[in-house]
Amino acid sequence: MSPVPSRNQSRGKAQEFEAIFAKVLVRFPTAKTGSSPNGARWITVQPSEMLEVARFLKAAPEFSFDSLCCLTGVDLLKYPAADKEQEPCTDIVCVYDLHSMAHNHELRVKSSMPRENPAIPSVESVWGVASFFEREAFDLLGVSFLGHHDLRRLLMPQDWIGYPLRKDYVYPETYGGVELKREGQTFDSGPYK
Amino acid sequence: MNIERDGDYITLSMGPHHPATHGVLRLEVTTDGEVISACKPDIGYLHRSIEKIGECLEWYQFVPYTDRVDYVCSMNSNHAWVLAVESLLATSPETKLQIPERAEYIRILFAELNRISSHMVGLGSITMDMGAFTPFLHALSQREYINDVFEKTCGARLTYNYMCVGGVNRDLHAGAEAEIREFLTGLEKAMKDFNRLISTNNIFKGRLAGVAAVSPEDAVSYGLVGANLRGSGVDFDLRRDRPYGIYDRFEFDVPLGRCYAGSKGKLGDCYDRFVVRLLEVLESIRICRQVLDQMPPTSGKEDDPVGGWCVAKAAQKSLRKPPVGEVYFRTENPRGETGYHIVSDGTKIPYRVRIRTGSFTALSIFEKLTPGLMIADLVALIGSFDIVLPEVDR
Repeated sequence: MSPVPSRNQSRGKAQEFEAIFAKVLVRFPTAKTGSSPNGARWITVQPSEMLEVARFLKAAPEFSFDSLCCLTGVDLLKYPAADKEQEPCTDIVCVYDLHSMAHNHELRVKSSMPRENPAIPSVESVWGVASFFEREAFDLLGVSFLGHHDLRRLLMPQDWIGYPLRKDYVYPETYGGVELKREGQTFDSGPYK
Repeated sequence: MNIERDGDYITLSMGPHHPATHGVLRLEVTTDGEVISACKPDIGYLHRSIEKIGECLEWYQFVPYTDRVDYVCSMNSNHAWVLAVESLLATSPETKLQIPERAEYIRILFAELNRISSHMVGLGSITMDMGAFTPFLHALSQREYINDVFEKTCGARLTYNYMCVGGVNRDLHAGAEAEIREFLTGLEKAMKDFNRLISTNNIFKGRLAGVAAVSPEDAVSYGLVGANLRGSGVDFDLRRDRPYGIYDRFEFDVPLGRCYAGSKGKLGDCYDRFVVRLLEVLESIRICRQVLDQMPPTSGKEDDPVGGWCVAKAAQKSLRKPPVGEVYFRTENPRGETGYHIVSDGTKIPYRVRIRTGSFTALSIFEKLTPGLMIADLVALIGSFDIVLPEVDR
């Protein structure tokens, strides 16, 4: 086991987004870049290739993305399309925010799945922390992580029905025989929407 | 406690109401005698769906909820959220905010003071978990001084709702600088007393040395952050390596674990994490002093670019129509990296708010780390990770 290089030892060179993408594209020709109007940029990969991409990004010495900072699931059902004439996207997206301790650079990888049956290979064999992140995304957004060793609900009760962070989620009126709805209260998504 | 027997193995349900689990954490422990063979954390008892609430409230209305994400260091949670929103606003020249200089300094000052008070709780409670009650009171008494300062400035002792998008809610109270300086001098002495009382105590040291050592590779892979990561010797601190706010103006060291317990210890054991927290308190004192030296005096006018403390009007205007897009912003909180992943659809309400916290990821390593530990050492492990449960469940 080699220790993680400390700051005093030579720290590798941080890579620019374009350089990283160019190398990913050679290995995975279906990868695409994406960007948001506010200038955030990311790499989009096919869900079926996610595990391979993760292994590649961690193992390649010039990247060595050894830590998964955050795994976010986003439901795009009500997200406005960039182009008005386009069909609105209803996918569920997994966003992986990666960081490299050795090079001190970051990368965002996204993978979008159809909302009927969102499934993506688990990356817990690459980053151990993914086991909890994936259970949370499964719990709140209903994404199946294939090959996860223990894919159960994490925060909600095991017998809960539905995925609360989906944009079309309908609040239950009772749970376990307990009335959840109070008089005069509506269960639309929030007071302002 | 529920006990089930299966041959030689006993399944033990530790928690959710257990004094040593620092909140409502349930651990499903399978033991062979006193040795743990498997341990699964069961969380969610404190799940208040703060991420879902974030999708229903306006940007500035979410600040009080960030207080409740981690109530031991509410200032830092506020700081993380307002910085994340400001970094989203900064991506468009129309909505970019010019935060007053003084507000930036007040933010760092209070974030560091809250880091000290949070570490005092962490340091105190691990000593109590190990059976020493007196150091806990010594540590908590220091926290009271900090709470007094916060109360005089913002009116609250636990959940502050003090920082806001555009600055801080109000200026420091009159005489705050002198009070804080006096407190810092007293704290240094108190830390020496604390070290004489417990940190160098051989029984305490022997209790933590070599217990639940985390290798640097595992620490990185399992997403340990903050003092837990540095306790394993990984040299990474967001304040220094990816500076946010005005942290690049201050000089401080990043303490690392290096087998402080001596020959009985191991790199990354519970004692290393304990010592790293101790040393971080001293570094925070250094930062606070530099802040007080450099801070511009108050101008008495709220939106003054140097001596003001909040650009509330500009912030309100920007927040009505923020840029479309997303940011992931991370800050170094007492319990490590706290990240806010915000997706904005250009309206006054966030589209998605994701909170990544240090305690949540720290729990993911339990399944791997605990086999072979004694049950009593599990308590040391929980204490040394300094887990706060509202932050786990959110």
